[in-house]
Amino acid sequence: MHLWSTLDPVVGAALVMLLALMAYAVLAGADFGGGIWDLLATGPRQEQHRQAIARAMGPVWEANHVWLIFVIVILFTVFPTGYRALGIAFFGLFHLVLIGIVLRGAAFAFRAAASGESRQWRLWSPVFGASSAVTPFLLGLAAAAVSGGGIRVLPGGTVQVDPILTWYSPVSILMGLLTTAMCAYLAAVFLTVETRGEVQEDFRRRALWSGAVMGLLAAALLPLLPAAMPHLWEHLTRPAPAPILLGGAALALLSAAAIYTRRYLLGRAAAVAQVVVLLSGWAVGQWPYLIYPDITFHGAAAAGPSIRFLLQTLPFGLLVLLPSLWLLFRVFKAEVR
Amino acid sequence: MSHLDAARFQMAYSLFFHMIFAALGVGMPALLAAAEYLHLRTKDPQYLRLAGTWARATAVLFAIGAVSGTGIAFELGLLWPEFMHFAGSTIGPAFTLEGYAFFTEAIFIGLYLYGRDRMRPVAHWLTSVAVAVSGAASSVLVTAANAWMQNPVGIETLRSHPEALSPWVVFTNPHWPIMALHSTLACYAATGFAVSGVYAWGMLRGRTDSLRQKALQIAVIMGLLAAVTMPLTGDVSAKVVARHQPEKLAAMEALFVTRTRAPLLIGGLPDQETGKVCCGVELPGLLSFLAYGALDAEVMGLDQVPRDEWPNLPLVHLSFQLMVGAGLAMVLVGLYYAWVRWRRPADVARDRRLLWLLVIAAPMGYLALEAGWIVAEAGRQPWTIWKAMLTADAVTPSGGMDPSVAGFTALYAALAVALVLLLRRLRHE
Repeated sequence: MHLWSTLDPVVGAALVMLLALMAYAVLAGADFGGGIWDLLATGPRQEQHRQAIARAMGPVWEANHVWLIFVIVILFTVFPTGYRALGIAFFGLFHLVLIGIVLRGAAFAFRAAASGESRQWRLWSPVFGASSAVTPFLLGLAAAAVSGGGIRVLPGGTVQVDPILTWYSPVSILMGLLTTAMCAYLAAVFLTVETRGEVQEDFRRRALWSGAVMGLLAAALLPLLPAAMPHLWEHLTRPAPAPILLGGAALALLSAAAIYTRRYLLGRAAAVAQVVVLLSGWAVGQWPYLIYPDITFHGAAAAGPSIRFLLQTLPFGLLVLLPSLWLLFRVFKAEVR
Repeated sequence: MSHLDAARFQMAYSLFFHMIFAALGVGMPALLAAAEYLHLRTKDPQYLRLAGTWARATAVLFAIGAVSGTGIAFELGLLWPEFMHFAGSTIGPAFTLEGYAFFTEAIFIGLYLYGRDRMRPVAHWLTSVAVAVSGAASSVLVTAANAWMQNPVGIETLRSHPEALSPWVVFTNPHWPIMALHSTLACYAATGFAVSGVYAWGMLRGRTDSLRQKALQIAVIMGLLAAVTMPLTGDVSAKVVARHQPEKLAAMEALFVTRTRAPLLIGGLPDQETGKVCCGVELPGLLSFLAYGALDAEVMGLDQVPRDEWPNLPLVHLSFQLMVGAGLAMVLVGLYYAWVRWRRPADVARDRRLLWLLVIAAPMGYLALEAGWIVAEAGRQPWTIWKAMLTADAVTPSGGMDPSVAGFTALYAALAVALVLLLRRLRHE
């Protein structure tokens, strides 16, 4: 408790936001990945794959989605200057993200209300799959955009976006693709735990393939970072590049090896840790900037005591949320069907 | 459409769409919890079948509510970044607490919808109660944000010493409790009458079994209980508006000239140019009485309001008339149902006049809900924050309004069509 009360409230709020973002990336990321595998389902067991994905997502996807709303609410409650700048800079991008989020959720729910192989199921499946693949790509673009320096906020508040640097640079595209691959990987790994028999083997292969794609994308991205995001790179490698980069790589290898050797629970834990490390690395590199290079977390923080409000109500909110979440995951994820 | 009008249209359209599902997200869980409770009490399997069918509808409706609500959270910043920049930290606490409530609702709706075979019956019923309670709490809490836009308590402190502003200020607003109560009750009324209309329609077409009679009864009871209390909460709301937003009251009543013994206007079409009202009926002194409790009280007219600060008068006035009319119609139809149910219970499913009235009342709750919202928000114009920030000063400087308006109009229209087609196929198993 002492640490909590002496913590710089801005740092505290940024940490809370990061944790919520991690929860969103791991949980909702896997749901997006489920949609991707639904889209890519082939072979004799494709209907079983789709049913397994729908079963895994059904009870939890809405709760998983709320983490994003939580991030947005913290952003405008505590960092309204940052929310304003992002609202202006991401006018087009976030509208597309929204269309993706709305279509994904609506298509999944419409489809779930029908029986498999009905006309309705066949109509909404591709919408569900395509929006699940595109939305994480766009969110990855957004992450690249706040680090890439293409969004400038002038002293008067005018927001300017350099489209080449922000949307069309190789780094942005690669980060978008990496995010999509990460979602697919998480979903496949999670599904190995939640299926049995041949379907489980199918998802094991899909996990290994998407893991390899993720590794290739990361390998292509890393050499570009020092030039494209010098600030981020400098933080990542100071005092030494070792901890975060090596930790991430080691976890990636561990999760892949665990999946390869069919230790699925270990694979799932390592995959989650890998995403957590990836996002931690991005956060460490990004700090102290909310939007590099003009908006820092401290500069974007509201003058009012809304930060204290967030930090003080958080324990009470978690008192309700954590047992509820525990119950949700215990009821639906504890035993394997 | 101008840039500002386009942004207002997109926000209004998104909220109009979201509110339908948000209201069902409050009302349906209450129906579900009631049906589950009756099943536990009576062991009558029909209640379980009812809950099962309602749950399948709720699963889809709740999902649309959740994703369109995410749309609102984003659009606040995409369309009104200057408003959120100024007010985000003040109304944020309302959204934060609403966030916890909505999170709880989303967790328990998963447990309820998918957990029937994995929990004991009482535990499963309790999950539906948790959904109903947290859904109502979300509605009550998020209304605090809107109430602050109507009556921005602490605005001087926010301007001069923002660091001194209490984060709880948004909950100290005298506007909030009555607004929250009135609009949350509206969700129950809208859901109750919409559901009862569906069953009444089925009964007119011969589906009159006892299962459907039970469904009709639960839905009408919920709708009627909410609807009969709403004239009271509405009356208190009007008095609050009279005190804090007399300009809005003048627009609601199309009162052009300040006067004592002000009349209540029934119907009528106000002309903003000539300051005349055509075709209305005036009840002398009643507006003075309803607003201030005295027939002789002076009521402020639009002559005290600069012309460029008038809201859209015909829209606000007619929406107000529609809300009151639809609200009263629900009360009358609901009471008529109660009368038939009490005196001639065997006739409920056969009384075609009653069933037709219930069918006509089906959209009334939603008409009243949306019209009441138009009164509150269009009546607030040209202000985003009452007397503190103009809507024109809150809007985004970004270009590209036209494609986003077109895109969202098409998206939500397509979803609405798909949803109607889907719900039409829903049957009791």
